[in-house]
Amino acid sequence: MIRVVLPLQLQVLARVSREIDIQVEDPATLEAVLDVMEALYPMLRGTLRDQVTKQRRAFIRFFACGEDLSHESTTSPLPEDVASGKEPLRVVAAMAGG
Amino acid sequence: MSKVRVLVGTRKGAFVLSSDASRENWNISGPHLAGWEIYHLKGSPVNPDRLYASQTSGWFGQLIQLSNDGGKTWEPAGNKFVYEGSPSTHQWYDGSQRPWEFKRVWKLEPSLTDPETVYAGVEDAALFRSSDGGQSWQELPGLRSVKGNLWAPGAGGMCLHTIIQDPANPKRIFTAISAAGAFRTDDGGQTWRAVNHGLQSNNELPDPSAEVGHCVHCIAMHPSHPNVLFMQKHWDVMRTDDAGESWHEVSGNLPTDFGYTIAVHSHEPETIYIVPIKSDSEHYPPDGMLRVYRSRTGGYEWEALTKGLPQSNCYVNVYRSAMAVDALDPCGVYFGTTGGQVYASADSGDNWAPIVRDFPPVLSVEVQTLP
Repeated sequence: MIRVVLPLQLQVLARVSREIDIQVEDPATLEAVLDVMEALYPMLRGTLRDQVTKQRRAFIRFFACGEDLSHESTTSPLPEDVASGKEPLRVVAAMAGG
Repeated sequence: MSKVRVLVGTRKGAFVLSSDASRENWNISGPHLAGWEIYHLKGSPVNPDRLYASQTSGWFGQLIQLSNDGGKTWEPAGNKFVYEGSPSTHQWYDGSQRPWEFKRVWKLEPSLTDPETVYAGVEDAALFRSSDGGQSWQELPGLRSVKGNLWAPGAGGMCLHTIIQDPANPKRIFTAISAAGAFRTDDGGQTWRAVNHGLQSNNELPDPSAEVGHCVHCIAMHPSHPNVLFMQKHWDVMRTDDAGESWHEVSGNLPTDFGYTIAVHSHEPETIYIVPIKSDSEHYPPDGMLRVYRSRTGGYEWEALTKGLPQSNCYVNVYRSAMAVDALDPCGVYFGTTGGQVYASADSGDNWAPIVRDFPPVLSVEVQTLP
């Protein structure tokens, strides 16, 4: 079970609490997590990545285990601690502005 | 007794302001969709409790929200806007060509006859239509084929900001784009043509009377006179009496004819309202005096409406979609400012008072007159 932490705006949009659980097949990848999450919460489609190209939106970041995974391949396996549920996958609205 | 509902889109959410026909005491509801930019929200003329809202964010992109109870509760609708065909290109600031790229929805215009049908004007400029209550969207691509390669973004982006349906002819729709101009379809959106003859952009275009490229800011129509349109252009207030075949300037005695918004009185088709803004580099009222100008003669002759509006040290702007009228008698006129005020007049503009003073910057104002 992958634990995903959403930013506040998307918690409100999806009507969920801070953390949601996402079940994916092994090996767990970011793409698989996003696919399942968008299927469970269709209102999130387009808010994290483009609906056609699947490209991450510019001000969205994916953090886990003290690392920025935003620039990793979305088909690479997620860190073991994320895949096991020990550590959450954090979706972050990047700092922007003054 | 009739009621009025004012729908306000702001930089940080949507608000619904309600009053009885006296328009003296207002109930404020909101912020709805808090923290997001609400570029526009508007109700269906057929089912006034059906509202559509454009909710956008630099972080999370575009959402469309739907309400079936007049704005009390909201549900996300479809937000997939995909241009038809392979992406063509438009002109960029440096003269190069750049592919169309969807950014946001500026305008939502519900159908005059079907609450499930709604049009969306988007940036980069295109027109989309939904026939299933906003769940899915299809582009009307014929519009972009009207010399779209020569369209260019204005300072606010290359946005389709005006959609006007002809109540007498369901096949006819007008749109306006910054900076491309005005366009008309007579076949329900399949084919389009530019209707910019008479527009002059002396400082903005190498050919001042070019077929496309004009920075049209807003167009308004009275439903009983669908061939008469009034336009606030970048500079110049314009009028057509033949559905856009030819335009002529009606700026008359205005202190400045730069501005963004324009509206028509609900019962007097020749009475129009604008808010003059000093210039294209100084986006605030001339002399720090917030004045609505009214013409009762369809243009040319204008009078300043000042009672109840700040007449010193006022440096707000009024955006293109931020003025609207109600259908009561006397006609109510409303506008919102970048300073967060929403002003209302219950007597056709003679006297004004703020409904609210401290909203986030106002992006759009629409009014519903309810039984």
